[in-house]
Amino acid sequence: MSTDSNSKVQGSKGSKQAVQTTGHAWDGDIQEFNNPLPTWWVWAFYATIVFAVIYWVLYPAWPIGRDYTKGVMNDIEYTDASGKTVTRHWNTRSLLDKEMVQAKAEQKKYLDQLAAASIEEIAKDDEKSNFAYSMAKVLFADNCAACHQPGGAGVVGSYPNLADDDWLWGGSFKDIKTTITNGRNGYMPSFKAALSSEKIDDVAEYVLSLSKHKTDAAKTARGKAIFNGQEGGCYYCHTKAGTGMVSMGSANLTDSIWTLADVPSADTLEAKKAAVKQVIMNGVNRKMPVWKERLTDTQIKILAFYVHQLGGGK
Amino acid sequence: MKHETIETNAAWLIVLVFIVISIGGLAEIVPLYFIDDTVEDVKVDGIETVRPYSPLEVRGRDIYMREGCYLCHSQMIRPFRDEALRYGHYSLAAESKFDHPFQWGSKRTGPDLARVGKKYSNQWHVEHLTAPRSVVKESIMPNYPWLLKTDLEYKDIAERMKALKMVGVPYSETKAEYEANVKRFGKDVAKFLDVNQAENNLMAQALANNYDGNKSNITEMDALVAYLQVLGTMVDFSKFEDGYFSTFR
Repeated sequence: MSTDSNSKVQGSKGSKQAVQTTGHAWDGDIQEFNNPLPTWWVWAFYATIVFAVIYWVLYPAWPIGRDYTKGVMNDIEYTDASGKTVTRHWNTRSLLDKEMVQAKAEQKKYLDQLAAASIEEIAKDDEKSNFAYSMAKVLFADNCAACHQPGGAGVVGSYPNLADDDWLWGGSFKDIKTTITNGRNGYMPSFKAALSSEKIDDVAEYVLSLSKHKTDAAKTARGKAIFNGQEGGCYYCHTKAGTGMVSMGSANLTDSIWTLADVPSADTLEAKKAAVKQVIMNGVNRKMPVWKERLTDTQIKILAFYVHQLGGGK
Repeated sequence: MKHETIETNAAWLIVLVFIVISIGGLAEIVPLYFIDDTVEDVKVDGIETVRPYSPLEVRGRDIYMREGCYLCHSQMIRPFRDEALRYGHYSLAAESKFDHPFQWGSKRTGPDLARVGKKYSNQWHVEHLTAPRSVVKESIMPNYPWLLKTDLEYKDIAERMKALKMVGVPYSETKAEYEANVKRFGKDVAKFLDVNQAENNLMAQALANNYDGNKSNITEMDALVAYLQVLGTMVDFSKFEDGYFSTFR
């Protein structure tokens, strides 16, 4: 078999039969040709060696003790934010520094305008608001959408809807900006221990009556007494009218918008009541992270503008 | 030695091939241990701000590795503009100097996590780890519902910290080591680097922060969220001048 294929190779390259073998012989008769490499390949190989030597000279390359060669003629030069000229030998970090400075310079015209303008001014000016909108859209997707969802509709039970006109912590430019800057801590105590399950049932009945649900009159009256009395004390935060307080972040219970109890998707009154009771029993403890450490003032400002225009800014 | 001797002797061939291949790796890696600028100096008022993980974070990191998070998530923000804009400041060598093994990863099926700490609330992490699509509809991440149901195994935490100490993480066992940590990281940090207090410190951190929203027990979720929330938060970049970390390259 092997003799066959050998003769085939030799046959097809008849003129090269003179090529020498390496001189090794295995199993008695298996030999190895010693063809020279093609000339172009050999020269390409030498060229890579020359390239490497030039590269060592031009770029940071060789370690020397506790330091290393920095290369020559490879300076990165740029003017930093404070107007100082920075010159550094080639390295990827300085390359990034330079690129960021240049990008900021290109956007400076707009960024300066945004930094100087109030949110109201941004909203009024077409050019500014267009720029702010496209920038904020990306920021929102990176930082806010994980909780509040890409369109700002939130998740009932967890994260407030930013696209409607109901606001826990206020929907003015200023309020939204404060919320993003410092984060929020939404808190309602658990009433599991303080109220018996019958009383929680009554309060839930009353809470549902506030948003015009048809409830049992006797239960609702008992619930109202607990809600507005010392026993429940719900009115401290939700007010006697049940409309909530922006300063506390307490929900308005009289409208048909729910952020925690999923009342709208429940079919029967019993199911709606169960959803409300769940919240009363377990309380609320939800946090919105602080963003001032991660985002700049201008970024927070245009995010406030973006959230405001999602649907329900006041 | 004749070429034929090497080619006809498998053991010799293996030894020599190993030596030749090692040269490339040694030439590239070994000098980095000796070059001063490899690991950045990240001190604020003389205190090192990159610190070893607390006991609870150590366990969280173990779970991160057990579940193979590193297969889809990197922890390495490269110095590129697009990454800087999306993830924040590029990762420093110093930020993973206490990681054994480091979790840089090599593939991003999901986003980079090097600076995920404090970006989302604990509640979000719990919901997201339990059922990712309940908060991110387009996510292809698997569900990890057992984290919330499984009690954290932490009886061996001291042993785990001692093992990390053997590879160079400065956890303290003696009074002298503790004092050295106080000087190096400040008193608050030095306290939870004390191996002798490992179990108490782990329980205290889990109770105080209640990462999984359930105070009655310490679950694997508590540990993993504690770990995720500390990622990339140790260096306060506002304390350093622009371009400071470039001077190390």
